[in-house]
Amino acid sequence: MRTAELLRSTSFRLSLVYMILFAGSVLVLLGFIYWSTVGFMARQTDATIEAEITGLAEQYRVGGLGKLVNILQERVERDPDSSSVYLLASPTFKPLAGNIDSWPNVETGADGWITFEFKDARAGGRIFQARARPFVLTGGLHLLVGRDTRELRATQELIIRALVWGVALTLALAMAGSLIMSRSMLRRIERINQASREIMAGDLRRRIETTGSNDEFDQLAVSLNAMLDEIERLMDGIRHVTDNIAHDLRTPLTRLRNRLERLQADIDRDDPNIAHVERSIADADQLLATFGALLRIARIEAGGVKTSVENVDLAALVRDAAELYDAVAEEEQVRIDLQLESRPQLQGDRDLLFQAVINLLDNAIKYSPRGGQVLLRLGERNQHAVLKIADNGPGIPLEEREKVLQRFYRMDRSRSEQGSGLGLSLVAAVARMHNARLEFGDNHPGLIAEMHFNGAD
Amino acid sequence: MRLLLIEDDADVAAYIAKGLGGSGHTVDLAHDGNHGLNLATTEQYGVMIIDRMLPGVDGLTIVKRVRAEGIHTPILILSALGEVDDRVEGLKAGADDYLTKPFAFSELDARLEVLQRRSAGGLAPDTVLKVGDLELDQLSRTASRSGSVIELQPREYRLLEYLMRHAGQVVTRTMLLEHVWDYHFDPQTNVIDVHISRLRSKVDKGYDRPLLHTVRGAGYMINENS
Repeated sequence: MRTAELLRSTSFRLSLVYMILFAGSVLVLLGFIYWSTVGFMARQTDATIEAEITGLAEQYRVGGLGKLVNILQERVERDPDSSSVYLLASPTFKPLAGNIDSWPNVETGADGWITFEFKDARAGGRIFQARARPFVLTGGLHLLVGRDTRELRATQELIIRALVWGVALTLALAMAGSLIMSRSMLRRIERINQASREIMAGDLRRRIETTGSNDEFDQLAVSLNAMLDEIERLMDGIRHVTDNIAHDLRTPLTRLRNRLERLQADIDRDDPNIAHVERSIADADQLLATFGALLRIARIEAGGVKTSVENVDLAALVRDAAELYDAVAEEEQVRIDLQLESRPQLQGDRDLLFQAVINLLDNAIKYSPRGGQVLLRLGERNQHAVLKIADNGPGIPLEEREKVLQRFYRMDRSRSEQGSGLGLSLVAAVARMHNARLEFGDNHPGLIAEMHFNGAD
Repeated sequence: MRLLLIEDDADVAAYIAKGLGGSGHTVDLAHDGNHGLNLATTEQYGVMIIDRMLPGVDGLTIVKRVRAEGIHTPILILSALGEVDDRVEGLKAGADDYLTKPFAFSELDARLEVLQRRSAGGLAPDTVLKVGDLELDQLSRTASRSGSVIELQPREYRLLEYLMRHAGQVVTRTMLLEHVWDYHFDPQTNVIDVHISRLRSKVDKGYDRPLLHTVRGAGYMINENS
């Protein structure tokens, strides 16, 4: 399956939306974890420092400076990694006790806290960052109690890393999941599409397979199959009715025509009624020709006419058609430009092919203006024989090119002309029977009709 | 001429028989295959007209049995199917001509005439065909009238040849398409009429007595007497 097709698919887009929603909720969840862990830790540290300051201030008030210095030294010794920061300084900020060398030269924040960097001599002179709270004791002494923020930062980083990985993994998993999901959905839709195309190509017996899971796709397939059964039944009905009409109506029509013919023979030549009889015979002939053509198309389409398949010399056939119509064309003052560029041999029904060529040629001449030219060319394109018939007539508008192939379809302007409206339907039926494609194009002005024979060599 | 008609549709059969009677023929009528086959193999006829779809023995089988008996009477098959493959099947079975229902009675009449003449040896292998002062030399493939040569295209020659071989008989448009052009199809326009009028201008133009006649509602005939 091509990537572009996959990206266009509805199921893929749907899963993309889900993926984004999912990633969003993972982000919110991790954000909450971050806030509740890192934030909690920071608040906890702050609370400890506050408590420590309160404690130390109490010790100072009770035991004086000596007591405070002792306690500070004791605490510094108990904490060899310098995770805590202590400094007692004189009113002029001269260090008296603690584990940093000098009072940090930073402004105190609005919340009464400071953040600063310090060099720890005991830890090999490394620079650490600390968060501390300065406090002024009675007598102007300055006390600073803080915590190294390394641990907090490490936790913070750990959680952020976990967050980033979590989101990335979620996205990757969701992407893979949606690809797999769309693929399997697309495969099933593609199977339905494939079946539809084959049915449109004429295989009316084809049905869409079901997986037996009775899911939505199976239900869709079952409904479509039921619809196809109905269509096939209707089409069979139409074919049947067409055959019956042709058979049942042709017999009485023949009798009618025969009686009219007898009447014509019996009536005196000078009788004024002879014209009515002659016109009635012509009408009956027209009706019979229409039934004949209808029956013929129905037979061809039902695949009934296949026994007289022989090797046909298409070039000779086209030349015969041109020669047969040469005199008619001359009378209409239309020139037939016959170009035989190749001599394809074709397995097919010679008479039906001739009929198809005649129908196209007859139309081309009929719609050509006086002094016009009809091109009749048999050539080759992509190793296929192509018969091209082009005129300078009014042509067929793009939107009507499909419709003219329908039975009894007649364009408004041709309604006044004689004809059954079946000529092009017959051409289309003959083309289908010979595995040929019938195409209409614009000759600017005029119509180009092309028959592409795939089976010719 | 004595004819055999095997046709199960009583109405059509009566109609054809009446028409053929009017043309001066005697008609034996059989309404089913068995009766028809019996008559066909025991009696002598000029031409047999056999419907293809029959109760009992079908038309094609009758044709095959008749031919198997060594009877060479011309046979014309009638069929309502009207498809090309049916025609081929019919001719393969041994029939001489094939006519699709519906047909004009004049068409049947013209074909019967041709079939009967053929079997009667009417087609003597003359190298020169003559109708009045019109001559057609089948060896040199040239035509002349009153001694002056008529220039003909190959197809015009074949058209004139077919007409002259059946001089005095009505030749229908369908017969011309089948024998001169060798295609079985429905002409959309009266293409044949145009070819005939061209031929007529070459054959009759400038002569007092026209030879190529149009028979109203039937076809054409080349004949000395108008």
